[in-house]
Amino acid sequence: MEYVFLLEQVVNGLVQGGYYLLIALGLSLIFSVGGIVNLSHGAFYALGAYFSVTLVNMFGFGPAVIMSPILVAFLGIAFERFILRRFYREDPILSLLVTFGLAMVAEQAIRMIWGAAPLSAVLPQWVKGSVIVGDFLFSKYRLLMLLVVTLILTGLWFLMHRTSFGRVVRAGIEQPDMVAALGIRLQPYMTAVVMLGVGLAALGGALFAPITMVHPAMGAEIITIAFVVVVIGGLGSFWGVIVAALLVGVLRGVTVHFLPAASEASMYVLMLLVLLLRPRGLLGEAIQKFER
Amino acid sequence: MNNDDLKTKSGFGTVSRRSALKMGVGLAAVSAIGMPTILRAQEGPIRIGHLTPMTGFLGTLGQWAVEGIQMAAEEINAAGGIKGRMLEVSSEDSINPESAATKAQRLLERDKVDFLMGEISSASALAISEVATRNKKLFMALGPRSDVLRGDRCSPYMFCTDIPNTVMVNAVGSALKRDGMVDGKKFFTITSDYVFGHDLLAAAKNFLSANGGELIGDELVATDVTDFSAFILKIRQARPDVVCLNLAGNQVTNFVKQYAEFGLPFPTVGFNLNTADAWAAGVGNLAGTWPTVWYDTLQTPGSQAFVKAFQTKYGKTPENHAWIEYIALKIAAQAMTETGGANTADMVSYFESGAKFDILKDRPAYFRAADHQLIQEAYPFAVKPSGSYSDVHDMMQLGAAVPGPNEPLEAIYPSTDMATCKA
Repeated sequence: MEYVFLLEQVVNGLVQGGYYLLIALGLSLIFSVGGIVNLSHGAFYALGAYFSVTLVNMFGFGPAVIMSPILVAFLGIAFERFILRRFYREDPILSLLVTFGLAMVAEQAIRMIWGAAPLSAVLPQWVKGSVIVGDFLFSKYRLLMLLVVTLILTGLWFLMHRTSFGRVVRAGIEQPDMVAALGIRLQPYMTAVVMLGVGLAALGGALFAPITMVHPAMGAEIITIAFVVVVIGGLGSFWGVIVAALLVGVLRGVTVHFLPAASEASMYVLMLLVLLLRPRGLLGEAIQKFER
Repeated sequence: MNNDDLKTKSGFGTVSRRSALKMGVGLAAVSAIGMPTILRAQEGPIRIGHLTPMTGFLGTLGQWAVEGIQMAAEEINAAGGIKGRMLEVSSEDSINPESAATKAQRLLERDKVDFLMGEISSASALAISEVATRNKKLFMALGPRSDVLRGDRCSPYMFCTDIPNTVMVNAVGSALKRDGMVDGKKFFTITSDYVFGHDLLAAAKNFLSANGGELIGDELVATDVTDFSAFILKIRQARPDVVCLNLAGNQVTNFVKQYAEFGLPFPTVGFNLNTADAWAAGVGNLAGTWPTVWYDTLQTPGSQAFVKAFQTKYGKTPENHAWIEYIALKIAAQAMTETGGANTADMVSYFESGAKFDILKDRPAYFRAADHQLIQEAYPFAVKPSGSYSDVHDMMQLGAAVPGPNEPLEAIYPSTDMATCKA
């Protein structure tokens, strides 16, 4: 019986890892293309949650979850156009500072608009409860989220590897100067990547809202895990981020099984080990423009 | 143009050197007449350093605390202050125990506040209490609930206004016993991993073993955990009769939401809940019996007047931290008015004298000299059946006050014979 319990935690960890992906992938994308460590990524996650909670009352759960990331993606245009664009060629410390500041501005703005008290958000009745598959218990809602994440991942993979958009973005990651020499402006691609990245974070927020506390500082809660995932997986690596997210999810589940008090610490230990043995992360490649 | 620039620059330089001289004279003058200024400060405003978490896992509660204490300060000042002296409450984010201690020290040393109030985290309150004790200044701990603040780690300078963990366990426990949910039942506890949680777990264990409940599992959860799915799986694996929550702040809301998401059949009870966390859980998620120190449906004229005034001022229903900060400043104001100032020694002996305070409940409250605990009524409340309410503010049914009207108030408090406080 004991191993079934453990296996159940492993499976739950895999599911959990799936959600971290929504946040971590956007973070990784924006870094790979623009070289910017976006510390305000959590703010877009929080905005996604707040928009969806506001929209649920008007349009219902499903439409709110779709509309909220789209709205946030449009905010992403302004974010890229007026803020990020100035920092692509600057010292990375500047973009780190400006996005850190923006995260605080966003948190305070949420406090001013929606108030400091948490908003209440609930699951629609049809998706509450759990299903038992074999010996395993799954929450229906988490299975639904897993489905969404899988669809998004597949779509993203196609976008990056099977379309001309993806080819330009990937070339832009490796050889931005060469892309420019071929007469392609990377700027609009960068705008699209930022829209995609913050939109994914907002989707995460919208999906998380019914099962987590919706409060102004919720962005800061998620951003640490997302960073740990990206660092373990290797900055800029699509598969690396996926592997790392699942790994972190499973590790946390297994630690809860054996040593619950250490479940939060476990991922940092993993990150430490990975950084010692593979400083670029599990599947990180040497991207020329970042090797200096 | 260039010449003009140069002129201006050199001119500025001269003036600046001159003004530096003047400033020196000015400074000397100020220090010369400094003595009367300091003497006059005794007649100036009374300054209160207010610390409360505004970020972190208790951060959503801090806003209520600030709103409650500010409203009380405005009312007191509008009525003429303390013998003509106005109250100045400066609120700061205590963040965590380390910065709480630093800020407490700074408030006392640099800002020269007369005494300290506030806090929700028991861990931060312990840190502030050490600073206050070192500086021999009064610290009124308003929101923390750990028994140790009233026991091993008490201080002659610290007074606690919220109900301690033992009282919360007793308030819920009596309701559970009535419903036959303790004797012979298997309990699984989920506990917040810091001083408050450990303390509450100890109180819960005492209650269970005294009443025939069996503890079949207890899990410690770090304060920054937001996903409880792994813990919920462990609960299902253990198949308890009752799931018992010793969580704090955001943890309560997150657990309650996710427990409803999984839809496990085991009933939950909680030994700690703040109404803001319950409201944040949303309609249909919260269930079970919980303790509270105050709730906005409490039918006393004072409470209802307070709720109304708060709603008018802030446009929302007050939460229990808004209430406790409000009455605490009123308690402090009564002590200052009676003793004629904000002197720590005078206020401490006034509090220890057993003076009665109106805290908007049926029975007046008083501080117990032995452990500096504000002795008052507590309430269990139950969540109404799902579907019978549509708004989170309407979801809780307040139970009768404990102890009952004919019992002594101290009946639900830990007895002072056993108390380890040697304040």
